Amino acid sequence: MRFTWFNLMPWPYLPDDFREKNRSVWVDIDSNLFDPVKSHQVYNNYLDLLEYAGKLGFDGIGVNEHHQNAYGLMPSPNLIAASLARRTDDVALVVLGASIALYNPPLRVAEEFAMLDCISGGRLVAGFPVGTSMDTNYCYGTIPGLTREKYREAHELIKRAWASREPFAFNGRYTKLRYVNPWPRPIQQPHPPIHIPGGGSIETFDFCIDNTYSYSYLSFGGYIRGQALMQGYWDRVAERNAPDASPYRAGFAQTICVGETDAEAEQLYAKHVSYFYNRCLHVYPGFADAPGYRTIKTIQKGILSQYAPQSMFQELPWKELVDNGSVIAGSPETVTQRMEDLIKKLRVGNIFCLMQIGDMPQDKCMHSTRLFAEKVMPKLRHLFPEYADDQRFWCKPLPRRATPGALPVEWEMGSPVGAER
Amino acid sequence: MELKTIQTEHVAVRYYEGGAGRPLVFLHGAGGLDMDLGFLDGLARKFHVYAPLVPGYGDSEECGELRDMLDFTLHTWDVVERLGLKDPILAGFSMGGMIASEMAAVAPNDVSRLALIAPAGLWMDEHPIPDIFAMLPYQLPDYLFYDAEAGAQIMSAGTDMSNPKFLQAFLVQNARQLGAAGKILFPIPERGLSSRLYRIKAKTLLIWGEGDKLVPPVYAQAFQRGIAGAEVVMIPRAGHVVPFEKPNEVIGALARLQ
Repeated sequence: MRFTWFNLMPWPYLPDDFREKNRSVWVDIDSNLFDPVKSHQVYNNYLDLLEYAGKLGFDGIGVNEHHQNAYGLMPSPNLIAASLARRTDDVALVVLGASIALYNPPLRVAEEFAMLDCISGGRLVAGFPVGTSMDTNYCYGTIPGLTREKYREAHELIKRAWASREPFAFNGRYTKLRYVNPWPRPIQQPHPPIHIPGGGSIETFDFCIDNTYSYSYLSFGGYIRGQALMQGYWDRVAERNAPDASPYRAGFAQTICVGETDAEAEQLYAKHVSYFYNRCLHVYPGFADAPGYRTIKTIQKGILSQYAPQSMFQELPWKELVDNGSVIAGSPETVTQRMEDLIKKLRVGNIFCLMQIGDMPQDKCMHSTRLFAEKVMPKLRHLFPEYADDQRFWCKPLPRRATPGALPVEWEMGSPVGAER
Repeated sequence: MELKTIQTEHVAVRYYEGGAGRPLVFLHGAGGLDMDLGFLDGLARKFHVYAPLVPGYGDSEECGELRDMLDFTLHTWDVVERLGLKDPILAGFSMGGMIASEMAAVAPNDVSRLALIAPAGLWMDEHPIPDIFAMLPYQLPDYLFYDAEAGAQIMSAGTDMSNPKFLQAFLVQNARQLGAAGKILFPIPERGLSSRLYRIKAKTLLIWGEGDKLVPPVYAQAFQRGIAGAEVVMIPRAGHVVPFEKPNEVIGALARLQ
């Protein structure tokens, strides 16, 4: 099993009446709610927490990309990952990911991921999301009906750029480059492992199967609701005669809160879980799915109630969120049991642990993280022993890596440069 | 009106045809033709009407080869060509008006009469056109109709707009139709037309609903400034969907191009 400690980096100062007074946490959120001075502390707190998790035995620390979004303060996940590369030692840097269709040219992603891999000594796990409709279409203006074509072209360019050892011309529809020749290129060969966050389309299942990429389902709906989608993926893996059904072909994001007891978990974390589920996920449905972004088949399967006029605002209570699996919370024993249930039911080898939740303060987050690392993770490590050697979907760091900050002793002032010391 | 099919280079195109008289090609708006069939019937009493569907609209095939404004413009010229028409009156509503403008701008010698009905295609920062792509079904009537309440009834065919059956059908249709329209309208319904308007040589009518809340009438003046000799016909007590709300007035105006 591989556990990645994930930080969405939510803005922790949304007012109590946020939901009543604002139509969306995303895209057209009130700019006045962001305070740049306060953000200085927020960013540093979140980076500290990621580094903390990196020392507790998590396999990876994870970041992702969102735009104009109060629950995800990382328009550039690569900036955050770069800072983590210097301040962490042996943990994987999981960038899940860079929305490759949004970079112009997308070669930029090939370059930045290569830089991250080189700086971190081969610790990069790369993610190539299509991106949500909110980010891709409404914030970044990509035409919905062309998003997937643009994505596929960007993917082709990046893969070729990493594989080629000489400059080549790339005559794409969306990107035309005469000399593709990225410097640097990644340490990991032929390329860093690639994870694809998806939302259930068969095309994305096939894309992962065909390219040996790990399919990750990053929802906040929890594992019980996620089961049908993941089953659809495994059915497709079987249907397409993939050479194996390794659980590492899949990943899942889960909100997790651990206390000493079930009661303590509720007492410590309920407030912050409520902040996240009731304020941070308040997205105006008109931004959820630009016409043309999803396939017709997906819409026919989808839930439509969100498109009706919203007459009443219903607060999601702790008990409901825990019962329906949106949140796995409780004592280490409770959490272990439910995590095992999740892992087996979804057949997922990669878990993205959402443990910094809403406006949770650092000390509580550390408490929950430490309990998970010490009392839950060890009990889940043994699962899927037959696939313990499957390294295809994880990074392969250099055995000997540079030590950041290891400068030699300074030259003495006044002595001639290059003289014997 | 009869629904027929012709084949172009890239795709089979569905079109309505009916009436007799001078040929008139009508290009529909982003909402499709469903609401304008009555208007077309009226129009067919004065003209030989051809109303092709943009690929992806109604029961027509989508076309991946149509990606940008030039593709849409040339595709629609292909349709005119395959219909065997030469210099038909070119009329377009909303998105269709944008396509018609572009057609007249790229081939100014092939269009002598042009009717732009509340056309999209220009953008003024001080008068932003509302984002139809971020609207929920129940929000649309306010922007489309002069009488929003009656409009909601019409759009949902009398059922409640939060009825799941209505929503299902509406969203699937929306994904296909607005998915296609988005290629020239998303995220801003402007693809450089303002720098090409001067090329239009056609006698041009600009027909507008006075109460248009989607493409406000101030855009009529902007088109008028760009097209030499263009005339504005402002229709009172009408919103954006003026062919639907005031079919006789629009047909009356078009008759001036006979």
